Amino acid sequence: MIEKNPLWASESFWKKVAIWVTAASFLLLILLTFDSLSQTQVGGKRVQPYSVINKKIDYVYQPELYKSIPVIGETELLFGQEFSEKEAETLVTLGKKTIQAKNCMNCHTLLGNGAYFAPDLTKAWLDKEWLSTELRENLMVQFLLDPEKNARTFSSDRKMPNLHITPQEAKGVVAFLKWMSSIDTNGFPYHFKTINKVEE
Amino acid sequence: MKIKKLWHAANDKLDFFVTWTALDRMNLSEGRKLAVNYFIVAVILFFAQLLFGMIAATQFIFPHFLYSWLDFSVNRMVHINAMIVWMLYGFIGCIYWLLEDESQREIVGLQFGKIAFWVLTVAVTIVVLVYLFIQIGAGNDTTLWFINEGREYIEAPRWADIGIVAVVLTFFYNVVATFSKGKWSGIAGVLTLDLVALAGLYLAGMFYMTNITHEQFWWWWVIHLWVEATWEVLVGVIMAWSLMKLLGVRRKIVTTWLYIEVALMFGSGILGLGHHYFWIGTPEYWLTIGGFFSALEPIPLVAMVVHAVYDSGSHAFKNGNHPALAWVIAHAFGNFFGAGVWGFMHTLPQINLYTHGTQWSASHGHLAFFGAYATINIAFFYLAIQHWRGDVWMSGGTEQAWRWKWALGLLNVGVVGMTIALLIAGYEQSFIERAVEGSTWSGYFAAQNHPSFQSAMIWRWFFGAITVVGLILLIWDLLTIGKHETRKAIVIVSD
Repeated sequence: MIEKNPLWASESFWKKVAIWVTAASFLLLILLTFDSLSQTQVGGKRVQPYSVINKKIDYVYQPELYKSIPVIGETELLFGQEFSEKEAETLVTLGKKTIQAKNCMNCHTLLGNGAYFAPDLTKAWLDKEWLSTELRENLMVQFLLDPEKNARTFSSDRKMPNLHITPQEAKGVVAFLKWMSSIDTNGFPYHFKTINKVEE
Repeated sequence: MKIKKLWHAANDKLDFFVTWTALDRMNLSEGRKLAVNYFIVAVILFFAQLLFGMIAATQFIFPHFLYSWLDFSVNRMVHINAMIVWMLYGFIGCIYWLLEDESQREIVGLQFGKIAFWVLTVAVTIVVLVYLFIQIGAGNDTTLWFINEGREYIEAPRWADIGIVAVVLTFFYNVVATFSKGKWSGIAGVLTLDLVALAGLYLAGMFYMTNITHEQFWWWWVIHLWVEATWEVLVGVIMAWSLMKLLGVRRKIVTTWLYIEVALMFGSGILGLGHHYFWIGTPEYWLTIGGFFSALEPIPLVAMVVHAVYDSGSHAFKNGNHPALAWVIAHAFGNFFGAGVWGFMHTLPQINLYTHGTQWSASHGHLAFFGAYATINIAFFYLAIQHWRGDVWMSGGTEQAWRWKWALGLLNVGVVGMTIALLIAGYEQSFIERAVEGSTWSGYFAAQNHPSFQSAMIWRWFFGAITVVGLILLIWDLLTIGKHETRKAIVIVSD
């Protein structure tokens, strides 16, 4: 006597399950994608306008939230210049393209993604190693222009190679890093002590 | 004159090599001749992956090694790109290999397939040469179009992206047209839908965006939905067909399993994408969605282990190609541990906050890519070489069987050793750099300079070298296995 296959072991049942589960998951992903993209538009609450480079940016621990969040403060000009939104976008775009063209992501991480041979750049603008907020932007530009001469090895022997970055590209990279440090990354990196905190 | 002489000398060497291997292409159908072309390039790129991986691993120990000539960023880029591309070559080869058998007819549009192979191979060669000799460019669109896009895993410049899409579309046409005109099956249906997704998703990563949150959002669509969804289903298809051929498992059983795997894989993997959206600027709800669904991702991988081991046991391991079956079993376990367990260990946001962007990811990446994808490709290389030799006996009892057994052992020990070494480095980084030092640059270097990290990098190098030895042995074995064998393989009939 041949026993009939129970439903849970039948090919046609699992075929239907596979199709419905895939379709439902994908549909949900599409809906969430629309929502996420709209919440992360430049100029929204989570991703600041490019002109945020004209402001003081900090990353402050909120005990009630158990995480740090970006805090945008008073005017703090970059390279002594006030940028309109359009000018800021042009400069940040140059920085982003430079970061891609120089393949930074295959040594560093950005928002934690990339390679692990060099430090994360998510909050590089706020790192306490730039000594003081006054010196910071010039130190960053000098470092990018000649990373061998201005090496910051932290006794590791690892040195960034000279990537032949132009002065304008270096300014673009600094602007991009300043803008990126203002993105709300849900508290990543955790427990980060900023240059502002050290100065206090 | 000198070039002509060199050309002749190279040709003579190649002829000698071909004679030495004594492989007869007459044993292959036209479709399978194309498949082995893909396999050959895959093996060459596999070797390149390990070579550049070793250079990068050396630079972790001796940072001055090749400094300013071949910097870490270049070596690491070639290392991961060679891996992605050799696996894609392997998959395309596997599909061309099984296509005629599964559809019961010759491949439709084979000529296009042959042209696409050469177009892709020339394009890959140019991209690698540009990576090595030009390396970087100015911060403008010309660099992104012609040198590299500087985005991990999909660094290939835009012109190559367009070429890749054209080649994949040709491949897709070959597959769908062949099944449409030949015999359609459950495997054909899953494969077709999976290829649509695989090709379509690549488009998501082809655009420049200044908003890095949006850019990484779409970038993960390509990387995650390839590696943790469509590629997994693709290897499910390849494994389903392999189990029928190797063990004679009934079609109805493998097809039912395949549907279960698709449901579980896409059901967990599509929204599991959310575990990459914890920290890139995207809304907080991804912490819950990504954490929950990615925690489910190991379940289909358990199903695959059960599937492979149960079928092997129920057929008393009676099969016609021992090395291939051994690699299929290695795949089932490697996929479960590498992609499943190692992924699960750091997928929940509560731990990922500390592990994200550390050597944890490298540890997971090494075991997962090897366990899930390298192994199944190697299994197929053995199936292909057996047929290429004229379906000869290929078992664990032959005089030269030590080679495949040692290659299997060395490659697995090498990769597992690297995985453990990187895991130790990752733990140390999570603790010192993240938890104690708060992820500052000085915290990063405090962790990098720590003796635990330094010794882990030496162990990683050592096990990397074992992996290289394993690969050299594997290549030697693939070129020689069954060379002097006259006995025919046992014929496995589906029960």
